[in-house]
Amino acid sequence: MCGIAGLIHRGKSSNVGSEMTSMLQALKHRGPDSTGYAVYGDASTGDYIMRLKAAEADDMSKGRGVAQILENRIKEVDSILAENGAIVKSKETITPYALRYVLSHTGDTGTMAEHIEETEGVEILSMGSGLELIKDLGDATVVSDLYGLKNFNGTHGIGHTRMATESDVDIKSAHPYWAFPYNDVSVVHNGQITNYWIMRRMMERKGHRFVSNCDSELLAVYVAHDLSNGVSLEDSLRKSIEEIDGVFTYLVATKDQLGMAKDTMAAKPLVLYESEDMIAMASEEVAIRAILPQEIDTYDPYDEEVRVWQA
Amino acid sequence: MASLSSTELKKLSQEERVTALGMRTEQLTGRSMFIEFDEDAEERFTYPWAPDVDYNKRTEIDTGDMTETEVNSEIRSLMDQGYGTIVIKDPRGKHSLGVGILNRLNLIFEGSLGYFGVGLIDGPNVRINGRVGWSCGENMMSGTIVVEKNAGSTFGAAIRGGDLVCKGSVGSRTGIDMKGGSIIVGGDTGALSGFMMQRGRMVVCGNAGKNLGDSMYDGTIYIGGEIQSLGVDAIEEPLSDLDKAWLTRKLTQYGLMPDKGVDHFTKIVAGKMLWNYDNLEPTEKKLIL
Repeated sequence: MCGIAGLIHRGKSSNVGSEMTSMLQALKHRGPDSTGYAVYGDASTGDYIMRLKAAEADDMSKGRGVAQILENRIKEVDSILAENGAIVKSKETITPYALRYVLSHTGDTGTMAEHIEETEGVEILSMGSGLELIKDLGDATVVSDLYGLKNFNGTHGIGHTRMATESDVDIKSAHPYWAFPYNDVSVVHNGQITNYWIMRRMMERKGHRFVSNCDSELLAVYVAHDLSNGVSLEDSLRKSIEEIDGVFTYLVATKDQLGMAKDTMAAKPLVLYESEDMIAMASEEVAIRAILPQEIDTYDPYDEEVRVWQA
Repeated sequence: MASLSSTELKKLSQEERVTALGMRTEQLTGRSMFIEFDEDAEERFTYPWAPDVDYNKRTEIDTGDMTETEVNSEIRSLMDQGYGTIVIKDPRGKHSLGVGILNRLNLIFEGSLGYFGVGLIDGPNVRINGRVGWSCGENMMSGTIVVEKNAGSTFGAAIRGGDLVCKGSVGSRTGIDMKGGSIIVGGDTGALSGFMMQRGRMVVCGNAGKNLGDSMYDGTIYIGGEIQSLGVDAIEEPLSDLDKAWLTRKLTQYGLMPDKGVDHFTKIVAGKMLWNYDNLEPTEKKLIL
């Protein structure tokens, strides 16, 4: 089933980490397997934030040699960063397998990201000046506590609670997906894409990489391809409804925008609340009411509806 | 009712069996579909186990911190105590509130409901001073539901009777598989509204999305605004005086009468070109002959 949620504050920052946690926890019944956040903080520092995982959560129980393997992988990442001229301004080990880097870099981050992912077992979850992508197994509170999200200030965010159906219960199949290698773009999705393999092969022929067999990853790659070719987010979302088959509702966030698209059947739910200060949306109204308990006006977007909001 | 054994009943034709059971049949025009009903039955009967309630006995419950199950249990407990008017305060978008109420009752929600609100009801009059999520009033059998704001998709899915009213706009697939009753919408409706509709009436004062009435078997849809497109086997038919009288009565009753009256409504019915109940496939014929 899966649950998706998103919110964007207009012209101000807020504790989006805490807000997204409340929204996603209210959607736990739609999918308790994993929870993910893509939250957007202050992008004005000029630095890049890179979130990566060096293993799956389940790998930690594979014996005493795991720690050494992880150490070697992280050393390899550090070495590749140095080779690409990136200066590591800070490096935090959030969990034994999840790290957060703050980087100063003036070169091509796409090439650097490709080199890093050549390291076995390493996947970059996100790269960008504002985006921080966190995902792990468990419900929203578990993941938020593990990654210290309760005090994350920012302008907007999207999130996902996953009920694994067509791929494994692991971090690489959890949402959101970063639109590799396009900085600061992330996607969450509720639905099924029925021409996934056709579209995937088409995107692979264009040089894009896929890390999972999850159909939602296709949306991230699709949007990344369009954005990197100068297509606006709104046009890309409209085009996706014509080219991608299935039943889906998905949200895309960029450094300063949040967009939504709904398929031609409007078969997957989304409830929207819009005010002058903020826009909140979720698979169910209970998620919006978790942060706005007062009586509010909400509505369901129609089939083929596309909306984009600016932070 | 005639006191015939089940073996004896099985030997009778359908028409004879229905008569023996004290009922009547009505054959729909040109087709072998029967409806069976008891002439003497009340239109709004109550179940034998339903408690007596007094509409003047009123109470309120604040449900902000209650679970869905607790709210529904409390409603039943209050009905058993004879309360005929129950006000639910702060429902906060919870799912499945007020479902399965099989009795007369005034049920008022001061706020919005989530999914499957007040489904499977038979008798109560419900007012929701807020919005509802997907599948409000699903399978309702009788009574009224009036939603003051917007509603989500599959509004009134498979309803069999009663009046289901949304004063705002509704999502997609409104009245999908509806088998009776009336759905009345003050605003717009989304795609595939009336999909596989079998009986009943749907009124939309605003616009309708694409594929309106797709694969509808029967029933009537009235649209006051623009229709993006009609679905398979849905056709337009002229508005009769009976239609206008019915529309005027219902829309006035719920305060949704447009300033310009009802003459502009477009009536959509089933073309019945897809009907093939009597036509077995050649392979099926072989199997039974």
